[in-house]
Amino acid sequence: MQQQLDYVLRTVEERGVRFVRMWFTDVLGQLKSFAITPAELENALEEGMTFDGSAIEGFSRVQESDMLAMPDPNTFEILPWRGDDAPVARMFCDIQHLSGDPFEGDPRYVLRRNLDRAREKGFSFYVGPEMEFFYFRSADAPEPLDRAGYFDLTEMDMASSLRRQTILTLEAMGIPCEYSHHENAPSQHEIDLRYTDALTMADNIMTFRIVVKEVARDLGVYATFMPKPIAGAYGSGMHSHLSLFEGDVNAFHDPGDPHGLSKPGKAFIAGLLRHAREITAVTNQTVNSYKRLVVGYEAPVYVCWARNNRSALVRVPLPKRGKESSTRIEFRSPDPACNPYLAFSLMLAAGLKGIEEGYELPPEATNNIFEMTADERAVEGIGQLPQSLADAVDVMESSDLVAEALGEHVFDYFIRNKRDEWNAYKAQVTPWEIDRYLGSL
Amino acid sequence: MSIGPLLVYPDPPPPLLAQTLDLGGHVWKAVANASVAAQHEPTDGWSGALVVADDDAEGAFVVCRALRKRDANMTPVLLLIGGAQLSELEHREDLFDDFCLSPFHPTELEARLRHLLWRTGRGTQAEIVEYGALVLNLETYQAALDHRPLDLTYMEYELLKFFSTHPGKVFTREQLLSRVWGYEYYGGARTVDVHVRRLRAKLGEEHANLIQTVRSVGYRFGQTRFGGPQPTV
Repeated sequence: MQQQLDYVLRTVEERGVRFVRMWFTDVLGQLKSFAITPAELENALEEGMTFDGSAIEGFSRVQESDMLAMPDPNTFEILPWRGDDAPVARMFCDIQHLSGDPFEGDPRYVLRRNLDRAREKGFSFYVGPEMEFFYFRSADAPEPLDRAGYFDLTEMDMASSLRRQTILTLEAMGIPCEYSHHENAPSQHEIDLRYTDALTMADNIMTFRIVVKEVARDLGVYATFMPKPIAGAYGSGMHSHLSLFEGDVNAFHDPGDPHGLSKPGKAFIAGLLRHAREITAVTNQTVNSYKRLVVGYEAPVYVCWARNNRSALVRVPLPKRGKESSTRIEFRSPDPACNPYLAFSLMLAAGLKGIEEGYELPPEATNNIFEMTADERAVEGIGQLPQSLADAVDVMESSDLVAEALGEHVFDYFIRNKRDEWNAYKAQVTPWEIDRYLGSL
Repeated sequence: MSIGPLLVYPDPPPPLLAQTLDLGGHVWKAVANASVAAQHEPTDGWSGALVVADDDAEGAFVVCRALRKRDANMTPVLLLIGGAQLSELEHREDLFDDFCLSPFHPTELEARLRHLLWRTGRGTQAEIVEYGALVLNLETYQAALDHRPLDLTYMEYELLKFFSTHPGKVFTREQLLSRVWGYEYYGGARTVDVHVRRLRAKLGEEHANLIQTVRSVGYRFGQTRFGGPQPTV
């Protein structure tokens, strides 16, 4: 530990870092930050920095509002977009009570707690997400840079140079990217992050979202992770590739199985499927998220699994020959506006539950589930994801699994907050209603 | 740079000791007894000796005595000894140059070792490691590539330091995990792959192949000893 502290202090001195940003995440997944000067750094590393938590979503009640932000020296990085003349660095923080106990409302702590549970069983949890997002001209309206049907060479160049610059920045921050391309919808892009352990990945997603937005802003455009900004076009998902390792061994892989899936692998999928409805409020946490989870846009709607069916909720990609250690499962419902710490916590908890209880994996969905009638689906036992945020919160509220994985503090706050969000939305009269009803009623 | 490797007794040394020496960038060789030590003694002599006495004090003093018997190039000896054994040092003052209480604090051990080497004129470790376009300053923890600073996290720096001070050698994931991360790390051998990928990302396309994957074995930094640039110190 001492050597890590020395490393941070020395680097700040050598590189002439002017400010160190202390990053943490509120319960809703918003990145929070305050800056300290190098003079305060040593003290911050040793004792943490006190701050008033009452203004942070889902943090403390007013009477116990002072908390500590404890920077994690392993996450010290210089921010490449701040320029070389006055470098700025950041560290992710763990939030603690003044007593030094971890704060139950800190999403990073929630994930650590769930990872510890996995570790007790000998598992480390790895995640590789596919991040989708849109570039728009501004935050005021979803106006694409490349209009569908209108092939503007300059603007196409703009989008690919945005993506290139974004990837260079991410790689410079130690966030390796696997794959990037233009997505289906106009102005929609995808960057796939190379798998890493879930805690680092959740940190990486927080960094990713700010890097994408900063790079876009530098070039005068706006990047958004809103799940469904354009009605009638594809929404943005965060398909998450999940795997468990026992030491060096992929716990999902079994060479003797026709699908290459081990017993724990199957039980993990069964757990995800059985608890999928309960965790949806967290993996898809906005009113808008449910506009994406509809039939017709390759987003999952029904609770089932398949090897090569992109409309299934869980897909098991075939590993390349000789790459069996890359056996993994792809969970396709989450969207990139989620809180990654909480979303990963629940995906893991649902899968582990399946392993603990030895859930049976239901048969693979073979037909296109979207073409089946409701009765046919019922016969095959294929359920449906929640239809709205209100639905999702109701299912979540009755889930012991979610309450236990999130802890009471986050669970209660989340349900209260999302009920408020739904009630605010419910009271709105939308343009669709005006179009549909005003002229005829 | 030390004139030769450090001698370490016993073989294998306690894991924390091995890790502390590796993190300090020391080159060392563990020996099981005095005759093995004599066999492996480099032409320029050992730069120093770290003798652990808390398990087998007798064996440790035999090694010390053997080192003291030599007339030229007396090897400076740092003894690691348990608090309950301190009385055994009585009348053995001639066998060591300094001692450190065991269990030891890694920073204290490192400080004593450096001080001992400095006092006996054996220098300390390399402060600058160069490999092609890559330069590491071990004193300030700074790395540069093509004269541009390379911003690394602590673990990325430690991994790069380990690689660049052991060029051309193939390490398995388990070796890297135990020698760079220490024995406490839980993430499994995948952690190594993840960090190598991160390092390659930061080294950039042009230099990413400094760290080569050796199929079904592990990783190697730079060229084998028969080709490519050699590290200069």
